[in-house]
Amino acid sequence: MSIFEYNGSAVVAMVGKNCFAIASDRRLGVNLQTIATDFQRIFKIHDKLYIGLSGLATDVQTLYQRLIFRHKLYQLREERDMKPQTFASLVSALLYEKRFGPYFCMPVIAGLGDDDAPFICTMDCIGAKELAKDFVVSGTASESLYGACESMYKPNMEPEELFETISQALLSSVDRDCLSGWGGHVLLVTPTEVQERTLKGRMD
Amino acid sequence: MGDSQYSFSLTTFSPSGKLVQIEHALTAVGSGQTSLGIKASNGVVIATEKKLPSILVDETSVQKIQLMTTNIGVVYSGMGPDSRVLVRKSRKQAQQYFRLYKEAIPVTQLVRETAAVMQEFTQSGGVRPFGVSLLIAGYDDNGPQLYQVDPSGSYFSWKASAMGKNVSNAKTFLEKRYTEDMELDDAVHTAILTLKEGFQGQISGKNIEIGIIGADRKFRVLTPAEIDDYLAEVE
Repeated sequence: MSIFEYNGSAVVAMVGKNCFAIASDRRLGVNLQTIATDFQRIFKIHDKLYIGLSGLATDVQTLYQRLIFRHKLYQLREERDMKPQTFASLVSALLYEKRFGPYFCMPVIAGLGDDDAPFICTMDCIGAKELAKDFVVSGTASESLYGACESMYKPNMEPEELFETISQALLSSVDRDCLSGWGGHVLLVTPTEVQERTLKGRMD
Repeated sequence: MGDSQYSFSLTTFSPSGKLVQIEHALTAVGSGQTSLGIKASNGVVIATEKKLPSILVDETSVQKIQLMTTNIGVVYSGMGPDSRVLVRKSRKQAQQYFRLYKEAIPVTQLVRETAAVMQEFTQSGGVRPFGVSLLIAGYDDNGPQLYQVDPSGSYFSWKASAMGKNVSNAKTFLEKRYTEDMELDDAVHTAILTLKEGFQGQISGKNIEIGIIGADRKFRVLTPAEIDDYLAEVE
């Protein structure tokens, strides 16, 4: 069994009209045994930039700490927040530094850039970037997420519809995956506000 | 001279609180060839004298204005070889920044990194301070920018500045001529006139150098023919 599937995870991000949503499941398991049901996989970098990390939970937390460290130093040095594209390049470079002993994480990055244009991208564990205009998925439920997103996604959704779509896609996907689930965590980011919601699903 | 007994080590303060080696470095800059820079509303120009020791030197082999990145150029006053060390280190820093962020380094960041290197050489053992001041001209998301970096590692942002021989005359001249709404072509004219002020002998495209950067964000060193065209406009 792969180390990427040790804890179980599902992360997804979607682009709407001048907004984006990023969502994850909340389960932390050790193989088939559930350890915690309030595990955080989506992290804030700044007001308009979020990263979701699927994969091994311990590496998720370590990588998050390193990224926050690098971003805080950048803010102090350059007196500005990182653009999503810039941050994605930083994550990619940090991951490739560990090319032959990688962090067992696959990041999903979502943010609003200059003039609030949404940006989403994902990577493998050694930092190969994959850019997308519509949605990106990651984690043990990624195959079912692909299916759900491909059938539910529409371009240029308004925030409310985007929230509904990403939530339905996440919940239906984790039901088809033994290793992720136990509700969800959804962030909806528009230029003016951020809505954070916790979903209940099949809590088993 | 009471200070001179403290000049054996550049990292030792004199009782009056000075690091005399740094002051000597500034003297080296002050006796170097004149360089100047002017920030216009839509770009930056830097210019320098290129006096050669003999008419037998091939003037095309001397390049005093260099590129740090495609959108940042630099000119020095003082010791030529020292400036090449700084340019090499700065170029490397710029490429490291690009490798990490896939984004061109902002002018302020490159200036800071360059100044940090110069500061390090005032506090490390076995080295001496750089005998150069730099004028760094660049154009990025924050618009046109002109910085001066000194051997001590301190740096300033200028609307127009000069360094080397005749600094005070050149600066007074620039203070008279500078206006906020100046455009790049006007700035080139003013730069030529300022150089002409303290110039000994006949000024020509072969004994001065001019570098410009405009809103296209491409730093460019003018060819002798282009400089001759500007000289004709000034006269």
